[in-house]
Amino acid sequence: MSPVVFMMMAVLLVAAALGVVLHRSPIRSALSLVVTMFLLAVMFLLLDAHMVAALQVIVYAGAVVVLFLFVIMLLNLREDARAMARASKVVAALVCGGLFLFAVLWFLVSAAGRGIDGGLEGGVPATFGSTELLAERLFTQFLFAFEVTSVLLLVAIIGAVVLAKRKLA
Amino acid sequence: MGIEIAIAVLKAVVVILLLLGLAGMLGWVERKGSALIQDRIGANRASVFGFAGAGLVNTLMADPLKFLVKEDLVPAHVDRFLHTLAPCVNLFPVVVAFAAIPFADTVHIAGRAIELQAVSINIGLLYVLAMMSLGVYGVVLAGWASNDRLSLLGGIRGSAQMISYEIGMGLALVSVVMTYGTLDLQGIVRAQGHLIGGWLPAWGVFYQPLACLIFLIAGIAESKRNPFDMPEGESELVSGYFTEYSGIKYLMFFMSDFAEVGLVAGLMTTLFFGGWQVPYLLADGFHLPWGATVALPGLVVTLLQVASVMVKVLFFCWLQILIRWTLPRLRYDQLMAFGWKGLLPLALANVLVTAMVVLAVQG
Amino acid sequence: MMTVPINWYLMLGAVLFTIGAFGVLARRNVIVIFMSIELMLNAVNLVFVAFARQLHSMDGQVAVFFVMTVAAAEAAVGLAIIITVFRNRETVNADELNLMRW
Repeated sequence: MSPVVFMMMAVLLVAAALGVVLHRSPIRSALSLVVTMFLLAVMFLLLDAHMVAALQVIVYAGAVVVLFLFVIMLLNLREDARAMARASKVVAALVCGGLFLFAVLWFLVSAAGRGIDGGLEGGVPATFGSTELLAERLFTQFLFAFEVTSVLLLVAIIGAVVLAKRKLA
Repeated sequence: MGIEIAIAVLKAVVVILLLLGLAGMLGWVERKGSALIQDRIGANRASVFGFAGAGLVNTLMADPLKFLVKEDLVPAHVDRFLHTLAPCVNLFPVVVAFAAIPFADTVHIAGRAIELQAVSINIGLLYVLAMMSLGVYGVVLAGWASNDRLSLLGGIRGSAQMISYEIGMGLALVSVVMTYGTLDLQGIVRAQGHLIGGWLPAWGVFYQPLACLIFLIAGIAESKRNPFDMPEGESELVSGYFTEYSGIKYLMFFMSDFAEVGLVAGLMTTLFFGGWQVPYLLADGFHLPWGATVALPGLVVTLLQVASVMVKVLFFCWLQILIRWTLPRLRYDQLMAFGWKGLLPLALANVLVTAMVVLAVQG
Repeated sequence: MMTVPINWYLMLGAVLFTIGAFGVLARRNVIVIFMSIELMLNAVNLVFVAFARQLHSMDGQVAVFFVMTVAAAEAAVGLAIIITVFRNRETVNADELNLMRW
């Protein structure tokens, strides 16, 4: 993709992510999260990951965030009176986050010749990122992880149902 | 490059106009159809100089005009931004999902192959599923933004119902994908072109009858129509999650309701009833099973295919309207029990049986 | 047309990750903390997909698949816990859920 498109997407993504952490009302944070997921799905499409992009919309934007919204509605959480933690904690978070980001960016900028350089040109086969290729990987090399993940999901379903059940008095 | 963009824009515009026109028409069909079923006359007052034009006056002039000039009452206690956003978010996924439905075989005009399908991607079915799962947001936002108990209750019920029936729908579609081996809607329609036993068109309903039934039920539940319309239960929750809406926003909710009827009908025809396939019609004319052939020019074949899609879509729209006015409403716990304890195990069993049959047939 | 070097994707991923980490540390509403965790997981997904594209390998996308599944499972269980906590304590404010603090 061209640098112009990337910069546009990057600006939108950062704005949406800031919306998630800065909004006072949890519903607005959740809606910013939906926008972030959607924009990431578009990024995935531009990176030739079609199946993953569709999964991003179906799983994240269409189910996980709906679950968040559902819980917010159930608990009827309107605006928070004081959304941020007290000032010392916020400053500490900013400092730590800033240090981490600075370290990562400095490493990446100086990574020329360390093997993380290079562009994303270079043609991939037309089927790259398609369902068939992903399934082929998933059911041969990663079969065990796949089966374990299904057990994990079963455990999560049972756990969520048991935890959220109202005890009959 | 410019020509391709122009063609894509034209296809998008045609799909939007088609779906919204269908939605408007269905409003009138619903009123007259329900009147027919309930042995009364229905809406017959809208006419121009005594000429009612078989409902066109009502659909194109009276109804839209009524909604457009009505006062857009926004109560003081609502969250204004979300309140205005909800009808738009409700309509968007339905129109965008309908764009993936193919209307005819590939047409070759002036050396260029044009797909009569606004969104022709090879993960078409996943795309449709993704867009339909975004439909929950309209309900959630409408229920939340209205800031009152009844709407919130309708919103919670509506979103819970939609995500529950999405699972049954997804599993029914999994067995369809296993049968055809492709996610591309155009590929699925093409695969329904051959004949079984020399005379029966190989439509999806003959290969996957149970999946067809599950998909129809789940589709009606997704669009929250009777017998699954507890979220907007007229006799229980006033209007459920869109109680606080009037005027043009109410029209958008209404239109998205009928547009979703059109979408479910379109998906039913594409996946289970042959889409644009007319029985015995191939690219160069009819090849009847007793050996006779009728040669037809390419343009007539394309027109017949488009007409076949429209007829089938209209039939399934009518079927959904019929179901609405025939069956009583399911209570909310019955609704959820039916989705989780009825449709989900049935769809899972269908996937299992389909997998065994596909394995046995393809060795 | 110059293509986008991989570093840009990694930098974007790092920025998103930091924003998510800031959200986890500085917000009090437990649900918003959860959403920030999801944001961090998505930043990692972006980096995986970018590397998969650069190295022409589907393994990155398989990793994204598994991250998505685990994130969904974790979101479900975490939200169930939040509902239970709310039922017992009437609050989702992280500062007030301090029964186990010293």
